[in-house]
Amino acid sequence: MTEATPTRVARRPFLGRIGEVPHVGLVAALVLLAIVGLVTRPENFATSSNLVSILALASTIGVITVGMTFVIIGGGIDLSVGAVMAMSSVWATTLATQSYGPAVMIVCAVLVGTGAGLVNGFLISYGRMVPFIATLAMLVAARGLAQRMSNQRTQLVQQANSAIVELSTTRVLGLPLLVYVFALVVVLGWILLNRTTFGRRTYAVGGNPEAARLAGIDVRRHTMLLYGLSGLCCGIAAVLIMARTTTGSSTHGDLYELDAIAAVIIGGTLLTGGRGTIIGSILGLLIFTVITNLFILNGLNTSDQLIAKGLIIVVAVLMQRRGALTAT
Amino acid sequence: MPVSPPDTAPLLAMRGIVKRFPGVRALDGVDLEVRAGEVHCLLGQNGAGKSTLIKILAGAHQPDEGEVLLDGEPVRLATPTAAMKQGIATIYQELDLVDGLSVAENILLGHERTSFGFTRRGETNRIAADLLRRLGHGEIPPGTEVGRLPPAAKQVVSMARALSHDARLIVMDEPSAALAHDEVANLFRIIREITAQGVAVVYISHRLEEIREIGDRVTVLKDGRTVAVGLPATTPTGRVVSLMTGRDVEYVFPPRPEPGGDRPEVLRVEGLTVPGVFADVSFSVRAGEIVGLAGLVGSGRSEIIEAVYGARRASGRVLLDGRPVRPGHTTTSVRLGMGLAPEERKAQALLLDQSVARNITLAGLTRYARLGWMDRRREAAEAARLIEALDIRPRDPRRPVKTLSGGNQQKAVLARWLVEGRRLLLLDEPTRGVDVGARAELYAVIRRLADEGVAVLLVSSEVPEVLGLADRVLVIREGRIVHEAPAVDLDEHRVLDLVMVSTNEESHVD
Repeated sequence: MTEATPTRVARRPFLGRIGEVPHVGLVAALVLLAIVGLVTRPENFATSSNLVSILALASTIGVITVGMTFVIIGGGIDLSVGAVMAMSSVWATTLATQSYGPAVMIVCAVLVGTGAGLVNGFLISYGRMVPFIATLAMLVAARGLAQRMSNQRTQLVQQANSAIVELSTTRVLGLPLLVYVFALVVVLGWILLNRTTFGRRTYAVGGNPEAARLAGIDVRRHTMLLYGLSGLCCGIAAVLIMARTTTGSSTHGDLYELDAIAAVIIGGTLLTGGRGTIIGSILGLLIFTVITNLFILNGLNTSDQLIAKGLIIVVAVLMQRRGALTAT
Repeated sequence: MPVSPPDTAPLLAMRGIVKRFPGVRALDGVDLEVRAGEVHCLLGQNGAGKSTLIKILAGAHQPDEGEVLLDGEPVRLATPTAAMKQGIATIYQELDLVDGLSVAENILLGHERTSFGFTRRGETNRIAADLLRRLGHGEIPPGTEVGRLPPAAKQVVSMARALSHDARLIVMDEPSAALAHDEVANLFRIIREITAQGVAVVYISHRLEEIREIGDRVTVLKDGRTVAVGLPATTPTGRVVSLMTGRDVEYVFPPRPEPGGDRPEVLRVEGLTVPGVFADVSFSVRAGEIVGLAGLVGSGRSEIIEAVYGARRASGRVLLDGRPVRPGHTTTSVRLGMGLAPEERKAQALLLDQSVARNITLAGLTRYARLGWMDRRREAAEAARLIEALDIRPRDPRRPVKTLSGGNQQKAVLARWLVEGRRLLLLDEPTRGVDVGARAELYAVIRRLADEGVAVLLVSSEVPEVLGLADRVLVIREGRIVHEAPAVDLDEHRVLDLVMVSTNEESHVD
C-alpha cells in the first residue's frame, strides 16, 4: 500500500451520481407528484387554498420533524413525539392554565414538551436505556397522563384565549401565521445544525460516539440535550395544533412519530446516525403531505394512501442504499 | 515433522492472486503453497495483505485475478460456506463464537443435528465432547455457555468447530495474541496433534520466535506481493525481517535530544489500579519527554493509557501539572491539556464519513466558535495549516477521511491535538497499519512535538519502535510495571525477556 491515495473517482451509474447532488431525487419526486396533481385534478390542485392547506397540514408534523432530524443524526430515535405533543396541548388547555391567558398557555406547552424530552434524554444518557425503549415508555405514559388530565375529553381553547387560534386564521401574504412559525423553526434548526458547535457535536455523537467521547465531547450531556430539543419542538407543535383545531386533546398527534421518522428517513438521514440534513427531512415530509392531499382530492381510500406511503419509504431507502453502496 | 514429499501436488496452491479495493491494490500477485500436514507460517508487516489473503481463502473476498487450487483442482470459494465445504476453516483473531450459546451449539453452529426441526441435544453434546477430547480438552463441558469460558478455552472451541467441518486446512489469524505464555504451549501441542492427523495449518503471527517453534515453512508478504515462498522455518530471523521490511535497517528514528533533568513534570500517576487489569501503576512524564510502555497485548498497557486519560475509571491518582484528572470524564482531561490517539483509529478516533478538516477540528470546536457559533473561516484556515504542517496527503481539507491511507489518517488524528496548550499526548499504537515510509514521518512528528515541550506517553507492540522513539521505557507485564530504564540501556532481547517471562520465573529477573 503506497502513501499516495489515488484521486481517480470510479465511474458510477446515473442513479448513483444523482445521489451526489443533494436532494435532487427528492425535488424530482415532489415535482412528479405536482404534475400528477395538475393532471388528475387541474381545477383543484394548484389553487391557492389547496396549497395553503398542504403547508398548514405540514407545519405541525414539520416542526416535530426538525427535532426528530437532530435526534436521528445524533444516533437515537424518539417515538414519543406525538404523545408528548398531545400531552402538551392538554396541559396548556386545562382550565387552570387557560385562566392565565394565551402567553402562559404557549409557555406551558413548550415547557411541558421540553421537560418530557429531557426526561427521555436523562433516561437514555444517564440511565443507559435504549432510546427505542425509553421513548416508547414515554409514548405510553404521556398519552395516559394526557387522558388523565383531560378526563378523555377534548378541551376547547376559550374565547378569551383566541389569540392562539389567530395563528391559523390570520394571514400574512396569503399564508397563515403557523406556516411562518414552521419556516422559522426550519431556519433556526438549519442554523443550529450547520453553523454551531452544537450541530457539529450532533454529527460527531451520532457518527462515532466513542470517537466523540475520546475527543473530549460530553456525549451524555449532548444526547440529553438532543432529546430536550425534540421535546421543545413537540411543545411548539402543540401550540400549532391548538391553533389549527382550537382544542387540546389526548388524541392529537396519533402516529405522528411514524410520519416524522418516515420523513427523516426519506430525506436521506441515516437511521444509524452521523449523516443527514434538515432540508432533506422537510422535502421528505412535503412528499408525504402532497400524497395525502392527492388522495383526498381524488377521493381515494385512506387505506390505499397508507399502502402508497409504505411503498415510498421502501423505494426511497432502496435508492439511497444504491447511492451509498456505489459511493464506497 | 510429517511433510509430504515435494513431488506430490500440494494441498493448497494459490497463484498470482490479485485483489483490488477502491484506491488500493491490496494483493498484487501473491503465491502460496501449503502441503498436507504442515504448519505454514504467513509473515508480513501490518498492511502487507495477510488479512486480505486469508479472507480470500475463507471465501469472504473474491480475488480479481489468479487461481486457487485444492489437491491440484481449481476451485471457486464463492462464499464462506463454499470454503467450508472444501474443508477450509478459518479461525479469526476476534473469535467468532456466539457467547450466549453452549460450547456444543457453537461447535455445530450452521450444521446442527436435528430431527424434524428440533435440535438433538444429546447427539450434539456427544459429537462436541468427542471433538474436544480429540483436541486433548475433554475437561471443557459441552453444555457450558461460551461467554463464561476463558480466552484459551474459546480458542479450543473454535478449533473444535473447524474440525467438526472435517477441515483439511485451518487458517489461524494470530491465535496466540490473546493467550498467556503457558496457554500458547498448549495451543502448539494441539496444532502438532492435528497436523499429525494430516490437517494443514496456515499460521499467522507477529511473534517471530513462535514461528521458529511451531512452523515448518514460511511465506513472506510485503506490500501485497510474495517476497519469499516456502522458506524453511529455520531461516535466521534477521533474514526474515529484512524480507518483510525490504531493507536491513528496520526503522528510521529521529535523534534524541540531550536529556534535561530540570524540565518540569507534566504527568504524575500514583497507585493507579483497575482490579483484574492492572495494579499499583506509578510513574511520571516530564515536559518534552517521550516515555514508552512496552508489554504484550493483554498486559494492561492500553487500559493504563485509557485510565490516565480519564476514559476508564480507576482508583489511584492522575495529576496533570499538579491538577487532578477526573476519572470517567474525558471532557475535563481535554480541557486540562491531554490528547489521545487511541489504538483503534477507525473505531475510536475518526468520523469516517466526514472531511479531514472536520476530523482535525473535532477536539477543539470551541476554539473556532464564539458563543457556540462556528467561525468557519478560522476553522478552515487552521485545518489547512495543520494539513500542511503534518504533510497530510492529499492536501484537500474537504476530502472524506475514510479515503486517506492509514498513515495519513493517523496524521489527521495527531493534527487534532496539535493546538496551543496541549501538555500531554497519549499515543496508543500510533503506527498500526501504517507503512514503513509513513512511519518515519510519524516518528519525526512525534519527536518534534516533544521538542516543543509536549510530554508524550507511547504504547506500541513493536519493541524496536518503543526503544527507538522513547527516551525512557516502562516494561509492563500482567498489569504491573516490572522494569524502568532509559531506552538506550535496553535492547530488544532484554525487553522481550522482561515482557514474556512467566510468573514462576519472576525471581530470576532484576
